[in-house]
Amino acid sequence: MQCPKCRAPMHTYNRNGVQIEQCSGCRGIFLDYGELESLTRLESQWQQPAPPPPAAPAAPQAYPSAPAPAWGAPHGGHGGHYGHKRHKKSFGHMLFSS
Amino acid sequence: MTVDVLPGLTAKVRAAVHPGAGACACGTDTSVLADRADGTVVRHADTVAKAHAPGTDVGELAARVAVAAHPALDGVLLAPLVSSAAELHGRLVTFWPYGTPVDPETPEAAPWEEAATLLARLHRTPEAVLPSGLPPMRGPAKAARAVARLRAAGPHPAAGPVLRAWSVLPAWARNEAPMEHAQALCHGDLHLGQLVRDPGGAWLLIDIDDLGLGEPAWDLARPAAWFACGLLPPEEWTRFLTAYQKAEGPALPADTDPWPALDVPARALTVQTGALAIAKAMAAGRALDEVQLAVIDACDRMAAHPPELAPGFPT
Repeated sequence: MQCPKCRAPMHTYNRNGVQIEQCSGCRGIFLDYGELESLTRLESQWQQPAPPPPAAPAAPQAYPSAPAPAWGAPHGGHGGHYGHKRHKKSFGHMLFSS
Repeated sequence: MTVDVLPGLTAKVRAAVHPGAGACACGTDTSVLADRADGTVVRHADTVAKAHAPGTDVGELAARVAVAAHPALDGVLLAPLVSSAAELHGRLVTFWPYGTPVDPETPEAAPWEEAATLLARLHRTPEAVLPSGLPPMRGPAKAARAVARLRAAGPHPAAGPVLRAWSVLPAWARNEAPMEHAQALCHGDLHLGQLVRDPGGAWLLIDIDDLGLGEPAWDLARPAAWFACGLLPPEEWTRFLTAYQKAEGPALPADTDPWPALDVPARALTVQTGALAIAKAMAAGRALDEVQLAVIDACDRMAAHPPELAPGFPT
């Protein structure tokens, strides 16, 4: 099959069970009837189980979904206080104070 | 007017350990566990004596001690050695067995699950076992006292956000109206210093000075506030929260968002912590540190978000 635009030969590729033709010259793609819809459907299936957006890099969390109030610290917050010596001392005091 | 109770309290705790003996022969020192305006606590051998704050009401303290002594709270609250209070220079003194506290050097080893389970059991205490005359828990009173202390300390740049956050809280949370909507038995001042291990290794709640009837979510509000301020790691908060829910604590719904119930008490505890941090920093001539500023920042953010109202909470 020849490219309808530049007349270069077109090659057939299989993408997840959908046959698509791509021109070896201009790289244009030819889709048969219904193939665009098949690709769209495949794309949406691919996106559904996609991993959630990565957590803030500063605070890797085992429980990323702990609900918080609207006035809570921005995601991540000072979370890693135990790692900082000064934080640890000051927060440690707070943990034991009335 | 104020008398140093320490020498007299030391004599009392030694006499409690060695009744009838003229002098202590056990060879152990008496250590001071706390010496503050709200209470002086000394230990000798396995006995602790506490001189309660000046002005403590004798009837209210007796009701609180009676709760701790009740068999229904065995394994939840540390039971007193003697069920009645002694007197020393006008201060009420109670006696308790010594328990091993959480090590302040390793707060990451805090028994979050045990603390939550003890609170759930405390909150589920049937009304029938409570003595008549048990007063309200003093959480809101303590928050109001912290705010009064901040106001008395004079102007400070961080005071504005704290006082604004306080002003939008419902009257009951500011101790300006009774807590009629909830009548659970509450500790009233939970933090990691309020947990000790008995000789068998079991954790117990101590310090009954603020114990009473009221809104049980208040007892969860300090950890909640620390989490919300970005100070307590989410995993530790989640351990505490899920243990409380698993133990069927009545303050929170079992499996939905806990924040409608926690919002007001956690705001109040955040304000209390911020107010005391500013007042103490001013008294010591210090600047606020990063952790304290995180609390002030949370107060600041509250202005943009009016308090959530849980079902049944009065405004």
